[in-house]
Amino acid sequence: MLNELAHFALILAFGVAIVQMIIPLIGAQRGNVGWMSLAEPAATIQFLLTGFAFAALTWAFVVSDFSLQLVYLNSHTDKPLIYKISGVWGNHEGSMLLWVLILALFGACAGWFGGNLPMRLRARVLAVQGSISVAFLAFLIFTSNPFTRLEFPPLNGRDLNPLLQDPGLAFHPPFLYLGYVGLSMAFSFAVAALIEGRVDAAWGRWVRPWTLGAWMFLTVGIALGSWWAYYELGWGGFWFWDPVENASLMPWLLATALLHSAIVVEKREALKSWTILLAILAFGFSLLGAFIVRSGVLISVHAFAVDPERGMLLLIILGIFLGGSLTLFAFRASAMQSKGVFSTVSRESGLVLNNILLAVSCFVVFIGTMWPLVAEMLFDRTLSVGPPFFDAAFTPFMVGLAIALPLGSMLAWKRGTLERMSKAMAGWLMLAVALAALAYAVQSGGSALGPVGVALGVWVVGGALADLWLRAGRDDLRTRLRRIRNLPRADWGKATAHIGMGVTVFGVAAMLAWQKEDIRIAEIGDRWDMGAFQVQLDAVDQIQGANYVTTMADMSIWRGDRELYTLQPEKRFYPVANMPTTEAAISNGIIRDVYVVIGDPQANGGWAVRTYDKPFANWIWGGCILMALGGLLSLSDRRLRVGAAAAKPVRTGAVPAE
Amino acid sequence: MIRLIAIFWLVASAAFAVQPDEVLDDPVLEQRARDLSQGLRCPVCRNESIDESNAELSRELRILLRERLVDGDSDDQAVDFLVARYGEFVLLRPDTSGVNVVLWYAAPVMLLIALGIGWSVIRRPAAAPDDLSEAEKAELQKILRS
Repeated sequence: MLNELAHFALILAFGVAIVQMIIPLIGAQRGNVGWMSLAEPAATIQFLLTGFAFAALTWAFVVSDFSLQLVYLNSHTDKPLIYKISGVWGNHEGSMLLWVLILALFGACAGWFGGNLPMRLRARVLAVQGSISVAFLAFLIFTSNPFTRLEFPPLNGRDLNPLLQDPGLAFHPPFLYLGYVGLSMAFSFAVAALIEGRVDAAWGRWVRPWTLGAWMFLTVGIALGSWWAYYELGWGGFWFWDPVENASLMPWLLATALLHSAIVVEKREALKSWTILLAILAFGFSLLGAFIVRSGVLISVHAFAVDPERGMLLLIILGIFLGGSLTLFAFRASAMQSKGVFSTVSRESGLVLNNILLAVSCFVVFIGTMWPLVAEMLFDRTLSVGPPFFDAAFTPFMVGLAIALPLGSMLAWKRGTLERMSKAMAGWLMLAVALAALAYAVQSGGSALGPVGVALGVWVVGGALADLWLRAGRDDLRTRLRRIRNLPRADWGKATAHIGMGVTVFGVAAMLAWQKEDIRIAEIGDRWDMGAFQVQLDAVDQIQGANYVTTMADMSIWRGDRELYTLQPEKRFYPVANMPTTEAAISNGIIRDVYVVIGDPQANGGWAVRTYDKPFANWIWGGCILMALGGLLSLSDRRLRVGAAAAKPVRTGAVPAE
Repeated sequence: MIRLIAIFWLVASAAFAVQPDEVLDDPVLEQRARDLSQGLRCPVCRNESIDESNAELSRELRILLRERLVDGDSDDQAVDFLVARYGEFVLLRPDTSGVNVVLWYAAPVMLLIALGIGWSVIRRPAAAPDDLSEAEKAELQKILRS
């Protein structure tokens, strides 16, 4: 009964979304206040209805209601509670419901916290947001109904894919979706502004918190996915340039660009049409991502519920929204006159360079991801584009970005001087080069990757610190420190995010350049050298887990005669899903991770064992967390809370503590 | 329970990428093999290199690749040997032949175009005069000041 109610609630939400799409838009066109003010309650009701449907589905998973086909296919009574809940979005239908829920949530938030927006703009934003809801609710209800019943409920379910039974993966999709779908707000603002025919500084200020929020969630979501791959797949890779990963990286790159160009719109009223275009494209790439992930046109290691027919519908949705908004853009872009003039050496120019590098790097990922499809369809060549291509084609842009970042971020608006900046950065440049030289001398052998990573990391982090220092003026140390402490949170956010970028760049380069690997057959009691450590295989046992059996090894890590700690890598087998997984054991450290994996027993005794030394691995995700934290700091700046007089925070309350 | 473990062995024996028994004694040759196999795609998997794949075919290809290297093939010869049998699909780094030129040079060309446009935007002469009405300006100021 509850499930039927939930299904019905979804259909009602669809109806409400249609109203939300049409009435306020007409109201805004005719200046009818009553029609316009329908938008907010419609958005709220739509959110409550979808929320109810989502809660009902979650409940069905929690109580293992196998009369629902979706629960039967993706759950099992023995599964721990957290994975029963995360099982809700660990499949196509449920994840689409989550997508729709978040879409409605963002729409409702725009209604709740958008009280300071001009009525016309707010009505249009909510109407556009409603139109996206209409498309995805229709997709959900007509092709991916999560509430399909089974005539004869089975006694137990088929269990969730064991790889998905992991805390990292429980939180990875919700964050990713908050990011993907959050970009719909930027899109709605852009289209509303195009309908309105005007973009001004206030628009830039309104759209930024939404973009910032979406970007933050996307950053955390991508980092969680990468971290999960690192510890779960059994050899410590963290990025594979797989189509599905690229699908999340492309909107991230464009959202980053949008974040920066919206600042130029807000402060200097320049780059207006470009910013609108970015907002459209960023969400366009989110939709493209949904298409890539769920259609299966590109072969990916992410075995998602793939269905060409659903893919086709997603492609149509993508075509309508992207085509429609770009057509509108073509008609209205000329109305977006830039006001601010700026000289060649200025913050604006720096941000233009930032946008160029980010947009072109997004283009690299795009063409690399789609090329196998293009080559096969148009040129009849079946080929692959993999990590070696992306490493070669993408990295130069990130290096360029890292070099330009401190320089651009330190320049003054409108007209900057190179002199002020070069004084501040000369010391950091020398330090960066010196440390790179040191790294080159210490590492035996020739790859430049490590030293370059060191230099770029020091350069970017130093640039962020020097920027803060310059902001403090020219007084004695105490006054300067006080001033730095009192800088607006947006400045702290900027510094934190840029430091995070430097840390991630360093972490990626250092780990890739200096990791060590050892593959061997070990008997119980064997001890071998691994970098600065020794590893000993102490025991291997069979243990019964909650819904799996596991082979667990005890491996002790030694330095000289001193035993440091014991790691317990596992090989699990999930009988219901009939699937093995490797559970690497990792000792996380600031300087290095020691990463051990137990493999198969060998025919003539002993076990296959892999051990890795992964230096600075955690810096990769640490940097991502810093970036997201920077976004959060910036979001909490009162300047972004337009209409602070109304004392309504912009969605900061909705940000989880993680 | 015993039956479960029996199934377990059966499945588990298919796992794990590079096996210890595949590793060559000569560390230089082994490193070459690893580097090459990271650039070769497993023909039967879902977007994995033969270095990280657990498939039986990948294992055979890894061993085959090592045999070629031990026999004295150069890197290119060993890779060409596999390409001749499995097609250019196995190359994770596509070559620059034919239309692949577009793939490799699209981004640098795009960068040049973008830099050109960016430069022209930056050097653009002063913009049109302010076209906001007085009422709009007052409204904007009110919003920005709050």
